[in-house]
Amino acid sequence: MTNDNDNFMKWSRRDMLRGLAGIPILGSVWFAGARVTGNAKRERQLLLETLNIKASPPPPTGPMSGDPVRIGIVGFGIRGEQLCRALGYATTDWLKDMKESSEKNPNDSRLRDFLAQENLNIKINAVCDIFDYRAQRVVDSFTSDDNKVQRFLTYKELIHSKRVDAIVIATPDHWHAPIALEAIAAGVHVYIEKPMTHNVTETYTLREALQANPKVVFQLGHQHRQTQSFLTAQDIIAKKVLGHVSLITTNTNRNDDNGAWQYDIHPDASPKTIDWNQFIGNAPMEEFNLEHFFRWRKWWAYGSGLSGDLLSHDYDRLNCVLKMGIPDSVMTSGGIYTHRDGRNVPDVLQVNMEYQDFSTGTSQPEGKEKGMTFVYSATLGNQFDRPTYLMGHDGTMELGNAVTVYADARSSKYADLIKEKRIDPSEPIYVYDPSVNQTDAVTSATAKYFANKGLLYTYRDGKRVDPTFLHMREWLSCIRNGGTPSCGIKEGFEEAISSHMAGLSYKRGRRIQWDREAGKIIALPGEDLDAILTDTKPKV
Amino acid sequence: MEDQKYSSGQLYALVALRLLVGWHFLYEGIVKLYNPTWTAKGYLLSASILKPIFGWLASGSMSSVVDVLNIGVLVVVGVSLLLGFKTKWASVIGMGLLALYYLAHPAFPGLPQGPSEGSYWIVNKNLIEIAALWVIMVFPTAWAFGLENLLSKKTEVSN
Repeated sequence: MTNDNDNFMKWSRRDMLRGLAGIPILGSVWFAGARVTGNAKRERQLLLETLNIKASPPPPTGPMSGDPVRIGIVGFGIRGEQLCRALGYATTDWLKDMKESSEKNPNDSRLRDFLAQENLNIKINAVCDIFDYRAQRVVDSFTSDDNKVQRFLTYKELIHSKRVDAIVIATPDHWHAPIALEAIAAGVHVYIEKPMTHNVTETYTLREALQANPKVVFQLGHQHRQTQSFLTAQDIIAKKVLGHVSLITTNTNRNDDNGAWQYDIHPDASPKTIDWNQFIGNAPMEEFNLEHFFRWRKWWAYGSGLSGDLLSHDYDRLNCVLKMGIPDSVMTSGGIYTHRDGRNVPDVLQVNMEYQDFSTGTSQPEGKEKGMTFVYSATLGNQFDRPTYLMGHDGTMELGNAVTVYADARSSKYADLIKEKRIDPSEPIYVYDPSVNQTDAVTSATAKYFANKGLLYTYRDGKRVDPTFLHMREWLSCIRNGGTPSCGIKEGFEEAISSHMAGLSYKRGRRIQWDREAGKIIALPGEDLDAILTDTKPKV
Repeated sequence: MEDQKYSSGQLYALVALRLLVGWHFLYEGIVKLYNPTWTAKGYLLSASILKPIFGWLASGSMSSVVDVLNIGVLVVVGVSLLLGFKTKWASVIGMGLLALYYLAHPAFPGLPQGPSEGSYWIVNKNLIEIAALWVIMVFPTAWAFGLENLLSKKTEVSN
């Protein structure tokens, strides 16, 4: 019998070496890993503290308790149907299609996401659509034992029916303001799709109507205001991380029929099933034709082309971050270059908006920097992804679902850190990735790869959420609990005027100016801006 | 003493392989351990095949468990291979972890290559490291170089 001490004594020096030589290697590797990571972490922490960017989510909007809000939907086309889903109402055929799709492809989470959506405690109990098939879909799908949906043949009947507290407007652009004005006068709350108005005069009338009826809660459908990354971007601007931003470039790139508004024409559509006179409204009378009814975005008479349809989104995205307001002047050029199918709105458009006095702050001597150009570049003939860039003297921000910030190699603010090699201008100094709830000062090629893959969406508490749902929830919360929607009439007025200036410049081929003091677009003698904007003749 | 009789050249080569793989595992584990913001979520979400499985692993409740397990396995396998203790078990576990890495982003023709340097067709570095662990598993060396060397001595004497 031997004890452990005896055993130990039997080990030779050679045995000890062979037995324990791994320990110093282990120690070295552990130390190296901990030290390298610790240093990187400290550097990152230092940088994050210097930048001091807060990526915290906004406080949640108020409770959805109380009586259900009764909502009428006016216009149940592609967008109207999406908005109803955001409110928790899906059509029977959509639910069936999604069920089949998710059975075929378990990755298709659309049905799962819809079913997981919070109940907003509302009732869609009225619809007005001038195409029988669409109105009937709403009645058939949304009627239940405790909710009878009634169809109205006109929006006026719906608004004055006493059945609704609020309406959602998802009609062609030329109907936005007339329907909203009727609702506001009747004290009915309004959620309206973009662009807010179809011409300049309506924009002022709508603002006056809301001023006269302050109890009406009005929300314009720029749902990206709910996207987490935009809130983070606001903080980046507020902390002057980019220095003076002199140029913004933002883009639309689409290359498919749907993206070019070449929508499907429904087989049931005919003069018998469509109220054509009501469709025309304030637009010049045309013979009944399905092309105009289903593809109205292609004509100035009903839509607003790239400037109203898509520039408005990009403008508001940036206006929500920078609060730059209406530009001093706008120059637009473009043409119909890839879809010569009879449309009269351009499919390639370049808009330059000038802000003479705007500044996001400066790291240089006072007075050296002032002014900014906002460039919107769009084509419906190519879908290469061009990110949105905010370009400042000290840094560049790439803005999408993720936010990436690079220091500029010639920055004044970061000059010392760059010199000390603590900042590498070719690597991001800040990345915000909403899907993993983390901030990271120095990203890797891998992280970039994931960002480029579009894996990054809007999240709340780790759950993927549809920004349209959040936007409508905010509107409903203001109706129930008070408060101001994030895209109300002030934001809508700026969006509409800026978009109309872009459209007018395209139509007239000249610089369109904003008289800031008078609060008016400057018209030349004899010019009727509304007539120019909605003129349906092709560009001369 | 184990049954294996290697020439000294074979033994040195096998021990070197074991130490290098152990080194690699441990370092990967330590870097992740000391970086609180690291997560496998992105890697799992971008899986090119078996998306439901990897998606589930990346889901809210599973994600943090997966991260802890991932770091734990990397460190344990690394320590085991470096110290020369239970290397057979460590090799099997390490092969399992690497197989998951490989399956999330396999170098199959037609699939996106994913986040990696170099060019690969079916065989990539994860697969090669799996093979290396296989070699380490079937050609044990801890009896000659590692804690098991001491323990086997102790056992012999005790008996």
